[in-house]
Amino acid sequence: MKTEELIAALAQDRQATPSPERLVTRLLPLAVLVAGVLLLATAGPRHDLANVLASPRFLFKFLVTLSLAIPALLLLPRVATPLPQLGRRMLLLWLAPLVLLVGVAVELGTVPDARWLPLAVGHNALWCLAMVPMLAVVPLAASLYCLRRAAPADPVRAGAVAGLVSGGLAAAIYAVHCTDDSPLFVALWYTLGVLFVSGVGAALAARLARW
Amino acid sequence: MDSVQTADDWTLWMRQSLDGDEAAYRRLLAAVADRLRAQLRGRLARWGATDVEAEDVVQETLLAIHLKRHTWNRVERFEPWLAAVARNKLFDALRRRGRRVELPLEEVEASLADESEVAAGDESLDVSRLLSNLNERQQQIVRMVSVEGEAVREVAQKLQMSEVNVRVSLHRSLKALAALYRKGKE
Repeated sequence: MKTEELIAALAQDRQATPSPERLVTRLLPLAVLVAGVLLLATAGPRHDLANVLASPRFLFKFLVTLSLAIPALLLLPRVATPLPQLGRRMLLLWLAPLVLLVGVAVELGTVPDARWLPLAVGHNALWCLAMVPMLAVVPLAASLYCLRRAAPADPVRAGAVAGLVSGGLAAAIYAVHCTDDSPLFVALWYTLGVLFVSGVGAALAARLARW
Repeated sequence: MDSVQTADDWTLWMRQSLDGDEAAYRRLLAAVADRLRAQLRGRLARWGATDVEAEDVVQETLLAIHLKRHTWNRVERFEPWLAAVARNKLFDALRRRGRRVELPLEEVEASLADESEVAAGDESLDVSRLLSNLNERQQQIVRMVSVEGEAVREVAQKLQMSEVNVRVSLHRSLKALAALYRKGKE
């Protein structure tokens, strides 16, 4: 086929695809909703939820997870383009580790040594490790779909960011159920769960988000 | 000065295209094709590729520009985005040839801004070959709007389909072509 003939075909195709921003804005809230309903339908919220709503350690879990999910969510449409022009924006992803570090430091400073290990091990570490990736499935699928429709310059990096978005959101949702509130527990098990999701995102995007 | 002028034109034409100006879009794609052809022939010749292979890459890049144009932010200049897409497709082409190369983005952009003229002899084999993988109706529609240069409305009348269906089928065909290119690479 001649190039001018291809151009004639391209010019007649006016099907518009939504921009990465629009796609992310449309799909991710839905995915979060589904994941939230999934938690309520399976494990449910913790029984003492009403009593801990004002507890700083309970609220800290949302501070950490959302300080990861929100910056990653803002980065997602950008890493989905051929020319992301990230500059220093990727530094935003260090916000959550910093917040976590402060939380851990405060916990270590205020809680006696003997309590450290039991607090870090918690009551349901394995449950946490399983639930975070499970709740992340739908948000990750939505994020990867957004990447696939777009054209990420670096699919692996974009997939890792998609995983941080989904893992962060899933961890925030899981925090409603989880009764282990120590920053030590969060630093260990939440982090593992989120990093796992991020790795899965990177591996999947390497295949799915090529263009 | 000249290349700055062109860059501004391209950005403007792309904005007009996104607003539904088909003539501006044709003009833009033709200009981009000429530029890519000039750039790719020289570059690929160094790797022992023929002009026909260069034309394949031109067409694959045009297809990518078209299918991914929504990832360009219209408040920015078009050329840097174009250079990034072109580089990606050139990498793919070279990878297909089993070569490893380092190619700085600046260089692609610089050579995109190069004004050298190249004759537009431009038959490519890949698209024609890949087209045969589509279903008959899709092949027919693509052939009518491309080779025969018909408008979607005429195609719809001749095939007794609705215009919407012709458009949907055309879009799917183009996406399928891009996917076939990708598959060929793996």
